[in-house]
Amino acid sequence: MAAGTSKPVGRAAKANRKGQARLLQGNEAASLGALAAGCNFFAGYPITPASEITEYMSREMPVRGNPFIQMEDEIASIGACVGASLAGRKAMTATSGPGFSLMQENLGYAMIAETPLVVVNVMRGGPSTGLPTNVAQGDVQQARWGTHGDHPAIVFCPSSVSECFELMVRSFNTAERFRTPVIFLADETVAHLREKVILPAEGDLEVIDRRRPTVPPDWYVPYKTDGSLIPRLADLGEGYRYHVTGLVHDERGFPTRRADEVEPFYTRLFGKISRHFDDLMLTKEYSLDDAEIVLISYGCTARSCRAAVRMGRERGIKLGLLQLLTLWPFPRRAVEAALTGRKAALVPELNMGQMSREVKRVNDGRTQVIRHSKMDGTMITPEEILGRMREVA
Amino acid sequence: MTAVHRSVVYDWLRHDKKFPHVWCPGCGLGILLGSLVRSLAQGGYDKNQVVLVSGIGCSGRLPVYVDVGSVHTTHGRALTFATGVKLAKPDLKVIVVMGDGDATAIGGNHLIHAARRNLDLTAIIVNNLTYGMTGGQYSPTTPLGAKATTAPYGHSEPSFDISALTVTAGASFVARSTVYHVTQLDQMLGQAIAKKGFGVVEVLSPCHTNYGRQNRLGSQVEMMKGFKKQAVRMDRWEKMSPADREGRFAIGVLADHERPTFLETYQGAVDRAQAIRKEG
Repeated sequence: MAAGTSKPVGRAAKANRKGQARLLQGNEAASLGALAAGCNFFAGYPITPASEITEYMSREMPVRGNPFIQMEDEIASIGACVGASLAGRKAMTATSGPGFSLMQENLGYAMIAETPLVVVNVMRGGPSTGLPTNVAQGDVQQARWGTHGDHPAIVFCPSSVSECFELMVRSFNTAERFRTPVIFLADETVAHLREKVILPAEGDLEVIDRRRPTVPPDWYVPYKTDGSLIPRLADLGEGYRYHVTGLVHDERGFPTRRADEVEPFYTRLFGKISRHFDDLMLTKEYSLDDAEIVLISYGCTARSCRAAVRMGRERGIKLGLLQLLTLWPFPRRAVEAALTGRKAALVPELNMGQMSREVKRVNDGRTQVIRHSKMDGTMITPEEILGRMREVA
Repeated sequence: MTAVHRSVVYDWLRHDKKFPHVWCPGCGLGILLGSLVRSLAQGGYDKNQVVLVSGIGCSGRLPVYVDVGSVHTTHGRALTFATGVKLAKPDLKVIVVMGDGDATAIGGNHLIHAARRNLDLTAIIVNNLTYGMTGGQYSPTTPLGAKATTAPYGHSEPSFDISALTVTAGASFVARSTVYHVTQLDQMLGQAIAKKGFGVVEVLSPCHTNYGRQNRLGSQVEMMKGFKKQAVRMDRWEKMSPADREGRFAIGVLADHERPTFLETYQGAVDRAQAIRKEG
């Protein structure tokens, strides 16, 4: 076990060898993406509609000699991931709304202790047990603000099975690069969808590992940083005997309440993300150049939007789509550009307007922003989106 | 002894951490800290191979003073973080320090599952019968009838026996001692740390500031004398009648047996998975 590897073997290796076309489920592609990115620790707890990821990892991790464990609950699952990550592993857990709610406290711990890990939340109808087997997009603001205290958050959201793979690799790379938890926010439809995926050939993928200290242990100051504001992380048990805590801490990692140490700590925690905003913002544009009406959407709903753009244009409505792959930090510049010079913007989503509120916030009088909410456990159809065009055209 | 002790303290406590520690004068946690580093030194462990993990509460502040990798986690969840550390690096000696509220209230689920799983961890549970850091509220080990800031008219619930609970849940090694019986405590900690599988040491420790004050148990010295009077060696405890056991508790080793650890049984799964995959 100690000599575990993250190199794909068996079926996964076969799939990775040459940009191979495969029919995959979203949850499967996300799991494959995690393995391709070097995930070598998984702890989880069963929950619909994310269980396929936990099951996939239970098959693949032992083959690689890496740890898989089903913990007693989701709190324990993310706790184990934080511990494993501090000991040098690339750790992931996967859950859905109820489990994601339970994980919030330790998610905050990972943020303040600057521990890289990936948390998958496959969204289902909530709150509480809600609609366990139905699709929803109600956790968009929770993914941003779920844990207490003010903090930055990085959240990626796939719309297709291909994006499940690509964004999962991106999630791990981002977590490792920024020393922070990253949330992979899928939804039930995308997670359970089966599509053709062209997996990149092994070696074509960029895999980023956290920066580890290069100085001898005696010189290591665990939270001292360079211009990147991202401190180097030593694996536990490698001679760098340092302290990790969920309390606000000084450069040495020791708890502090001194205002002159607390303030720089928070400034750096936000700064290490905001300094690199441009690298984090992922969006896709469809027929946006000459669009009179712009759709802004994400996840499974963006799929309906793409169809609506095509169908609308056949009927002479100049529709375009801005698809958000990064939900947080909010891709403000791309959204501002997409809103500028349009007749109207429609934000379809499976909640009561969690993202349309954000779009309205940055709109600043550019155009008319209309929310399109649906909360009946089913997807928004292209026809429903086109049905709103009479109001805006 | 004094010379040896001084050297152990110098070797095992952090030099860059500001002392004095955060605990009240007379708190038992300082005695436990001494006992823990003596056990580690006597066991001949390499500081680079030891990781101390704690939860939240007075006991949660213990690892920061020790010159090893130390992780101060969230309330009740220390065992889950420790599970991740141990699975990630099985060669490390992972020791978890928790309080009674930490381990048996908010973290009770993790405690019984860690014992059942029998992952190779050492759990030191400091039992002071109360939530000391937050001001003396009742915990799962507060005795029936005792006063607490949330039980001003006397506590209405019976208490957990931490050692019995972890024996039943399947821990490989369970022992109980007190910060008064410090020579025995050194031994128990040494045995638990050396033990393969999940080891538990319940350490009775006085909280005169909150528990003692509310229950008129006197100074920390009086409370230590109480431990001396109430604690009974295991061989004598077994011969005592239920009436004689009233108001007393047993100290010593409650369970010590061999059981496959999680890492051993998981290695079996790894071997089977790799064999199946090789066959294609």
